[in-house]
Amino acid sequence: MAIASFQLAQDSEGKKRISLHGQWSLREMDNDFAQLRQALKPHFANQDLHWDLSEVEQLDTAGAAVLWNGWQGKLDNKTGLSEEQNHLFQTLGEINAQATEKPKSGFDPLTLIAAWGKLTIFLSSHITDFVRLTGLLVIELAYLIRRPQDFPWREFSANIYKSGVTALPVTALLGMMIGIAMSYLMATQLRTFGADIFIVNILGLAVIRELGPILMAVLVAGRSGSAMTAQIGVMRVTEEIDALAVMGISRILRVVLPKVLGLTFIAPMLVIWTSVWALLGGAFSANMELGLGFRFFFDYLATVVQPVNLTLSLIKGVMFGFVVAVVACHFGLRIKPNTESLSRSTTSSVVTAITCVILIDAVFAILTSGIGV
Amino acid sequence: MSRAICDIRKVWTVFGSNVVHENLDLTINAGEVVSLVGGSGSGKTTLLRHIVGLTRPSKGEVLLFGKNLHEMPRIPQQRLMNRLGMLFQQGALFSALSVFDNIAFPLRELRQFDEATIRQLVLHKLSLVEMEPDTGSRLPSQLSGGMIKRVALARALALEPELLLLDEPTAGLDPERSEKFVELIKDIKQALGLTVIFVTHDLDTLVSLSDRVAVLADKRIVANCTLQELEHIDHPFVQNFFQGIRVRLERTG
Repeated sequence: MAIASFQLAQDSEGKKRISLHGQWSLREMDNDFAQLRQALKPHFANQDLHWDLSEVEQLDTAGAAVLWNGWQGKLDNKTGLSEEQNHLFQTLGEINAQATEKPKSGFDPLTLIAAWGKLTIFLSSHITDFVRLTGLLVIELAYLIRRPQDFPWREFSANIYKSGVTALPVTALLGMMIGIAMSYLMATQLRTFGADIFIVNILGLAVIRELGPILMAVLVAGRSGSAMTAQIGVMRVTEEIDALAVMGISRILRVVLPKVLGLTFIAPMLVIWTSVWALLGGAFSANMELGLGFRFFFDYLATVVQPVNLTLSLIKGVMFGFVVAVVACHFGLRIKPNTESLSRSTTSSVVTAITCVILIDAVFAILTSGIGV
Repeated sequence: MSRAICDIRKVWTVFGSNVVHENLDLTINAGEVVSLVGGSGSGKTTLLRHIVGLTRPSKGEVLLFGKNLHEMPRIPQQRLMNRLGMLFQQGALFSALSVFDNIAFPLRELRQFDEATIRQLVLHKLSLVEMEPDTGSRLPSQLSGGMIKRVALARALALEPELLLLDEPTAGLDPERSEKFVELIKDIKQALGLTVIFVTHDLDTLVSLSDRVAVLADKRIVANCTLQELEHIDHPFVQNFFQGIRVRLERTG
């Protein structure tokens, strides 16, 4: 057992010869074929060199491939090859004959058109799937109206717990921090105008109408939306969804509907929860910076912010919860059984959900601009 | 030459209050094809995972090529791991990589070969498991179960290991395919001079592939001998098991 090595020598007739020693195989752990190849490079180029392999203790495919590539497939002027080694080189030679490199083609303007076409097909497949999913949800809801005893209560409540109750600490913390930061920044600005009192108006309207719902939607999309996509995806990969279907249980009814209904149900409550904490943070900051009392802050809040804003906020919560859940399920159901698709779909799910939420919010803001301000 | 490739010494495996292995000893010599048999939940796969260092026994030690994997520095450990190949039950191919890249992966990790050499070696391994070179561009999700097994075998063989571990090599294959797969492993074993340790529930595979059999029962190895010698071992599980393989042994002569 010795590592692979080689020796240069000159025989009596003055011809140069190179003899290989040791184990030319990966089994000898101290071999480094990168170094060997580098060291042998000048000798590979020398066509007159005589190669002697009779001292080689062991030659495996890896070692043989390195030599074969160096020799560029020429086996003349090599001696000391055993029958096995000869066979090995021949096998390698046959493989190389089969291997044909793909020709690299230049720029083709048609690829641009093809890319457009592919993109269109891709988008339209998304739209079809999405419409189909919403349609199926409606059908399942209609079925549930006829047979209310089939309502998946367990899954529904499990989803409320998973995407609602467990989200309470993080939404509270984030709401409060945003409230403190906003209130602090505004307080310094308003003080220069002597308009301290308006901090209640601004904070109340901004948090209740905009920040509360958006903050909730972003957090829920990141937390629950990604979890839903990944869960449905893994269920598809492990054929759990197919198992449900085989038992005669509708996968939409058991898997998708409880998620969508659960999140739609809990989202408005999360909005209220987030807004309350943001207002608390705002009140705290206003108290520190401007000396506004807590009691005054909340009394005054009730008089300056019309109750209809609360309704708008709740409507937004319902819409956002629904969108996040449906988008998550849509992407989950499109996952193909490989890790790449799983990660890509989960990312797309979160990004699409947040984008949709913000788009809807903008449209909603324009439509309701005359109400409650 | 009987060199011990794998030496399991007084191994205990405890999961919570569940004792899986109790003072288990097993030695596997170079060039042998050893099958691990035992009832469901007897800890065959766990033992296999101990051998390759995926899990560590609660007590005792597993020596691989005379060394304890867990007590080695990182680089030598990595090089030692390159001397063994494992075929996982589900293939465990990297689903994001094509067949070609899957087999090329361990070769590229070694950083010793240029792309041309790697290409040649990968195609060689593909032909070794009797697959067409153009399957190389396909993704694992586009392959059938039998093909996944063969690609996984090709990947396990990429670094020309001395020790090959197979976890249920024929599970999920139809009888004809599993027979072919066993023939394939036999041929490769012949060609590359491998030591093989495998776990199987398929008695046909067991009888046609193994030289020796190690029987796991009562939390230890109750028998480690050739198939024929099993008859003389006085243990209820072994006797029961031997009844199952007797007909097959007679058939193969």
